[in-house]
Amino acid sequence: MTVRLSMTVNGQPRTAEVPPLKRLLDVLREDLGLTGTKEGCGEGECGACTVLIDGELACSCLVAAAQADGTRIVTIEGIAGRDETLAPVQRCFVEQGGAQCGICTPGMIVAAQRFLDSGAEPSDANVRAAIAGNLCRCTGYQKIVEAIQAAARERGGGA
Amino acid sequence: MTLHGSMQCPFYVHRALQRLLRVGEQQISVLQTVTGGGFGGKEEYPSMVAGHAALLARKSGRPVKMVYRRDEDVAATTKRHPAVMRHRTAVQRDGTLLACEIDVVMDGGAYVTLSPVVASRGVLHAAGAYRWPHARIACRVVQTNTPPNGAFRGFGVPQTIFAVEAQIEKIARELQLDPLEVRRRNALELGDETPTGQKLLWSVSARECLDAVAERSGYAEKRAAFARENAAPGARRKRGIGISLALHGAGFTGAGEAKLKARAGVELTPDGARVLSISTDIGQGTLTVFAQMAADALGLPVPAIEIAESDTSRMPDSGPTVASRTLMVVGGTIAKAAQALSRTLCSFAAEVHGAVAGDVLCENGVFIARGRSLAPFGEIARRWLAERGPLRVVEQYVHPQGIEFDEVSYRGAAYPCYGWSATAVELSVDADTAEVRLDHVVTACDVGKAVHPILAEGQIEGGTVQALGYALLEEVIWKDGRILNTRMQNYLIPTAVDVPHVETILVENPYPHGPYGAKGIGELPMDGPAPAVTAALLHATSALVCELPATPERILRAIDAAKAGR
Repeated sequence: MTVRLSMTVNGQPRTAEVPPLKRLLDVLREDLGLTGTKEGCGEGECGACTVLIDGELACSCLVAAAQADGTRIVTIEGIAGRDETLAPVQRCFVEQGGAQCGICTPGMIVAAQRFLDSGAEPSDANVRAAIAGNLCRCTGYQKIVEAIQAAARERGGGA
Repeated sequence: MTLHGSMQCPFYVHRALQRLLRVGEQQISVLQTVTGGGFGGKEEYPSMVAGHAALLARKSGRPVKMVYRRDEDVAATTKRHPAVMRHRTAVQRDGTLLACEIDVVMDGGAYVTLSPVVASRGVLHAAGAYRWPHARIACRVVQTNTPPNGAFRGFGVPQTIFAVEAQIEKIARELQLDPLEVRRRNALELGDETPTGQKLLWSVSARECLDAVAERSGYAEKRAAFARENAAPGARRKRGIGISLALHGAGFTGAGEAKLKARAGVELTPDGARVLSISTDIGQGTLTVFAQMAADALGLPVPAIEIAESDTSRMPDSGPTVASRTLMVVGGTIAKAAQALSRTLCSFAAEVHGAVAGDVLCENGVFIARGRSLAPFGEIARRWLAERGPLRVVEQYVHPQGIEFDEVSYRGAAYPCYGWSATAVELSVDADTAEVRLDHVVTACDVGKAVHPILAEGQIEGGTVQALGYALLEEVIWKDGRILNTRMQNYLIPTAVDVPHVETILVENPYPHGPYGAKGIGELPMDGPAPAVTAALLHATSALVCELPATPERILRAIDAAKAGR
């Protein structure tokens, strides 16, 4: 049995004909060809598959396809500008050394973007709390925190 | 047969497939794809996955893709060797170390795999970064009924350094000396000998690292202040600060590099050069630094350097991406090749433009002779390629003379040089639950030369946090030969809120045979944090935890034992 999904993905209307319990992660990667979203654990622990669903962070490995019907989804591919210029937060990750092997990076950037959009004070504690659901084995998080703080400074959103 | 995969060592996979399929060297291409992290877990195991995929592909005559789920990956791939260390030490009342007797037993699992080399590196570091007039060190690897253990960042050293550092804490406690002073008094210095009789001729920074973290962490003041606070009646959180000292041999152990004869190079492109090696970038920034070094040698901007695809059928064998060797050994070889390429092109530019060969050099992509611009690099490069064809320089790594190790007697220079680190950990412990909060971490690492300081700090911060996980959280639980906690829900690694800001002090004490003075960096930060954590716990609770990870249960047991005078 399959269902027909209609979603807005990165601002574009998209449809897919998939089994209703297929993981949103697999729909994005396999049916929509958006392979930027990564699988790290498949059980909602690591955050590598983080996307925004109607503006909220979600682990796409835990979301059934049917639940995503009618939603607005933003993946890592939707963070950069249309002309593929990096978003400020992405550029800050590059400049500050916030990415090493890169597997956590897409989910991390989505979570970081959500934090920046919230306008919260980019203190060390707030930034760390915002990415507490995204595991990174390479960086020790420090340069990720610094990258997010640099992006926040660029926005003028707090010191 | 063409194989694409996630791996650290493409030629290991290549040779494994050759043996498995009984085919010639030319009949296989192994290409490294974007790999994710490695940390040793992709040193040897990818040969197994590749072998299974290759057999299925041969049998079916079709492309085969194999993907392990996370729990399959955890269950199957190799882990750090569990190890038990016993120390007996002779020491003077003033804290001067006289002799050590160290026994190391490592759990190898059911098959041999990398155990001999892990054991070797483990014993060669077992005496720590200290001067011992006499040392007797033994190690055995025992066979058990678990999947084989293998490479994990540090390769036997985090285990043995943890033990020697715990012993130093015990010595300081018995003699009522400050453990930092015991470390300073006995730390290896230039001209000292290691237990294998290696005279340290260069790049020794044990004392410098200790002093740097002691100062930056405010060790002396905090040591006194926390002791006062902790003694106050009713203190619900006990605070502690501890310092550890570590060293890590850079490059392969013993005669490894001399036997391996790593080869790497550069080739001319119309606008610059392309780096040729099989060394893999698994997040540590290898390729960035290779490009940087080639560009520097050629007088080109970094974007003029390309990196050739990691393909065993086309690349020289620069060896595996392991053992903190890549920048020091392979990077140095690439720099040498780039210098040779540069000399050739400078002569050619001189010839074409009627200058004296010795006067020509390339700066910022332009050939100049005595201040006169001759031509842009691309013009000379394209002319060479059109008139003389491809230009490829591949160099072979040359081990420094006099760096020799006898693997039979275990005497000599085990490593060409060592990285040094000191780490200060400040923490607090809940007096009821023994839950630990890390408050501040400072680490000083001597890497010879930080060729790319941001990437160097990234290695140190990342390794330090990995080691803090090793210290407090990470435990593989075995039952009947299988791992029980194969999931990220039950094998916990640090999150961003479990670890504090890690302050890194880059110490640059050059290694004369390393490129720009650089030596190994990747594994060094894995060695020191765990003993610094248990030293800080000892300061906070008066109990020394001698088993990792230092979970609340183990801390409480150690406190009970200390109270009972055991």
